[in-house]
Amino acid sequence: MTTATVPLLEFDSLRVTLPLGGTQRTVIHRVDLALAAGSAVGLVGESGSGKSLTARSVLGLLPEGARIEGDVRFDGASVPAMRQAELRTLRSRHAAMVFQDPRTHINPLRTVGDFLTEALVSVRREPRAQAEAKVVALLREVHVADAERRMRQRPSELSGGLLQRVMIASALAVEPRLLLADEPTTALDVTTQAEVMAIIDEARENRGLTLLFITHDLALAAAVCDRIAVMYAGHLVEELPARRLVGDAAHRYTRALLASRPDPTVPDARLRAVDGRPLSAFEAGPGCPFAPRCAAAQELCHRERPEPRAVADGRAACHFPHAVDPQAVDLDAVDPHAADTERTAR
Amino acid sequence: MIWRFLARRTVALLATLLVASVVIYGGLFLAPGDPATLLVGGGKPPNPQLLAEIHRQYHLDDPFYAQYWRWLTGMLHGDAGQSLSYHDQVSHLITARIGTTALLIGYATVLIVLFGVSAGVVAGLRGGRTATAVTAATTTLMAVPTFVSAVLLIWLFAVRLNWLPAYGNGTGLADQLTHLTLPAIALAVSWLAYVAQVTRSAVDGEQRAEHVQTARSRGIPERLVVRKHILRNASGPILSVAGVAVAGLIAGCSVVEQTFGLNGVGALLIQSAAKQDLAVVQALALLTVVAFAVVNTLVDLATAALDHRVPVGGAA
Amino acid sequence: MTSYQLASVVGRRARAARLRRLLRGKLVLVAAGAVVALVVLAAVFAPLIAPYDPNAVDPMAVSQGSSAAHWLGTDDTGRDIASRLLHGARPSLLAPLVVTVGAGLVGTALAVAAAWLGGWWDRAITAVLDVVFGFPGLVLAVVGAAVFGAGLKIAVLTLTIAYLPYVARVVRGSALKERNLPYVAALRMLGLGGGRIVLRHVVPNLLPLVLVQTATAFGYTLLDVAAFSFIGLGAQPPTAEWGLMVAQGAPGILAGAPQESLYAGLAIVVFVVACSLLGAGLSQRLTGGER
Repeated sequence: MTTATVPLLEFDSLRVTLPLGGTQRTVIHRVDLALAAGSAVGLVGESGSGKSLTARSVLGLLPEGARIEGDVRFDGASVPAMRQAELRTLRSRHAAMVFQDPRTHINPLRTVGDFLTEALVSVRREPRAQAEAKVVALLREVHVADAERRMRQRPSELSGGLLQRVMIASALAVEPRLLLADEPTTALDVTTQAEVMAIIDEARENRGLTLLFITHDLALAAAVCDRIAVMYAGHLVEELPARRLVGDAAHRYTRALLASRPDPTVPDARLRAVDGRPLSAFEAGPGCPFAPRCAAAQELCHRERPEPRAVADGRAACHFPHAVDPQAVDLDAVDPHAADTERTAR
Repeated sequence: MIWRFLARRTVALLATLLVASVVIYGGLFLAPGDPATLLVGGGKPPNPQLLAEIHRQYHLDDPFYAQYWRWLTGMLHGDAGQSLSYHDQVSHLITARIGTTALLIGYATVLIVLFGVSAGVVAGLRGGRTATAVTAATTTLMAVPTFVSAVLLIWLFAVRLNWLPAYGNGTGLADQLTHLTLPAIALAVSWLAYVAQVTRSAVDGEQRAEHVQTARSRGIPERLVVRKHILRNASGPILSVAGVAVAGLIAGCSVVEQTFGLNGVGALLIQSAAKQDLAVVQALALLTVVAFAVVNTLVDLATAALDHRVPVGGAA
Repeated sequence: MTSYQLASVVGRRARAARLRRLLRGKLVLVAAGAVVALVVLAAVFAPLIAPYDPNAVDPMAVSQGSSAAHWLGTDDTGRDIASRLLHGARPSLLAPLVVTVGAGLVGTALAVAAAWLGGWWDRAITAVLDVVFGFPGLVLAVVGAAVFGAGLKIAVLTLTIAYLPYVARVVRGSALKERNLPYVAALRMLGLGGGRIVLRHVVPNLLPLVLVQTATAFGYTLLDVAAFSFIGLGAQPPTAEWGLMVAQGAPGILAGAPQESLYAGLAIVVFVVACSLLGAGLSQRLTGGER
């Protein structure tokens, strides 16, 4: 999995600013991440952390007025540098996105069949009958019963879970190499969530897809992905193999997320929030963005932004990572009042 | 389902028209004094013989419902009675003038669709300064009442520039259209501005819709995104507002015909009202309400056909 | 909701949104307020500030352009246009004010009655309002004029009726919501009578909405009243009224003396633009931004 040739997708010091309220504000400070072909990476963060925008930058779908520094490379080609035609090819052949809410992301006035075949017919110029046969087969593959009838129905006649399968089928229809899934189960009820997640996982296995899975649910990401990348306030703060998550997570934010995981014996318990208010990317000060909420923050944390550093099998951007390195200071032993006085001093 | 919808709308339409006809005909009996004095019209002192004649001719001594029924069935047969001030059949007066009015409304509708909708679409798609310019222009135009724009157009294009005729109908289609140009612009302009604003807002809203983002994310060429998603989905509200505009034109053409000296039913309505020629006013008022209601119903049906989400079971 | 209503709602919302953007910075709002205040003052103090009697004819100064004696010129009988505009502000403003206040009061009463009584009352009131909604205001006014004779009073009366459904529809929706709020049930349990709850609690809570509705409608009613006067079914000569002045000046346009029509038209447009800007600003204040 870590056989490093050219990664299929690579974020190289990505930084994005958006015009908000008259000024250009930073919404993504720094994202470095590489996805090897065939791998599945979970990009985890609270709302406002920039994870969705990071995924959108892959398809060149950032809002108007966005300015990009650094680079996003798909199969070695820079996405921000692409011309319209190249961008269309990327979107219609190589990378597809599954959005959070299928109800709003599928044109409500046109039929499910129109939606599914649109890219094939209008961009790839496939004959309609052929495209229809293809998507009907795909609908069956994602376990949609009665596929022919569904093709003639309107989105409002389908349930949310069914509609999300339609969305997945439409993404698979272009036979992409990369699947971007932006919180694909958040808008669904719990039982449907599991089914939809299983379908995505299955499609990935069968087709050898590369998956970038955007979610706020650390446990879900760890269950379906090979690697986990954690974002906070526009920064990619940690990245590590999913199976090492519990043992090796070094960043204080990741640890806080893990500590706030719901008790597995309580069904349907949602992720409890970490204490304090999540920071928007543009509110981040000069130091570590997590410092204001971090129980282990020191004076240094507020002053200087930590660089990502190799920790065990991954990387973490933390001045005082959780004791993985035996040399590191055991922060739990540090007088907690030191951090408190520091915070009140600010 | 669709048939039930049609039936419901038709029943609602007929009910509205029935009530409207009662109100329009009943208005005659609200007037103080003997309705016959009104039917004589003007301020002339009525002579008793004439009054008696009118009572007999209009069956004014019958009960109200009998009179109303006679009037309504007459209207349905195309017999709207006699005009006392024009000394002619009301139906003749109307048929001689309705062509001009229809042409005027048609002309104004074309202007609204051509310029109002396209200005709104362009402003909605391009946003930024184009949208600001269109908004500023349309906000101003919407505050200019029809009669003021009529006067301004006459002053500018007929008097100062001498480009177009200001008065009269003209003969032959081409000449008629030339004569109708200024009236049509005057009639259309504030509705055009309104349609442009609603169109801009609908297009802008669809443009930001998440499903449009999905289409873009799938590499659909922009022109198809615009046509099949943005314009397709915005067409419902645009059609609705265009229908409202046409209904407004029907009501507004009186003012324009009066100002430009056009010989249409709108001007006839106002002149008959001023002369208190009730037979004409009743017939034309009913005709206007019918046209108004039919246009509204047709637009509702078309909107429902365009957008299946409009609840077809909903009451009027 | 029919598409007709839908479109008018969409339109109103679009208009409000665009106007709101135009209001960025309060300069426009202040300017609009100043224009409205100035016109109202002019109407109130017209006899004091008008240089001439608005109906005084002067055969020696017919259809004159602007001069030191007559700032805005004279009309075709030599009456001073500036004085007529100042005096004309009175009926031009008062008539639509009566219409909006009347429609606001009666519309609110009907709407609250429909919402509060519910059932058949609600259905009957709503049905009547729907029929009125189907009448173009102009047709109503024309029938009124034909029956009772043309005049400003009858124009005001018919317009008030025509505007009722616009007020009542919006208010009824809010009144329904208000009726179902827990505090109403609480007051009932305290043993308060229906009438008292409606007058003391429900109506006051609806007041901002009614104010916004009527304030926004004022500009449009002014246009309608002026239009009726223009076609001869509103104010009658020799009254000085803006719409009537536009009509009376119209023959002068072809004769090369457009001043009466143009100035009167300008007065209407400027005042209505100021009103709608002010109305948008007020509605933003009263309803806390989003509407």
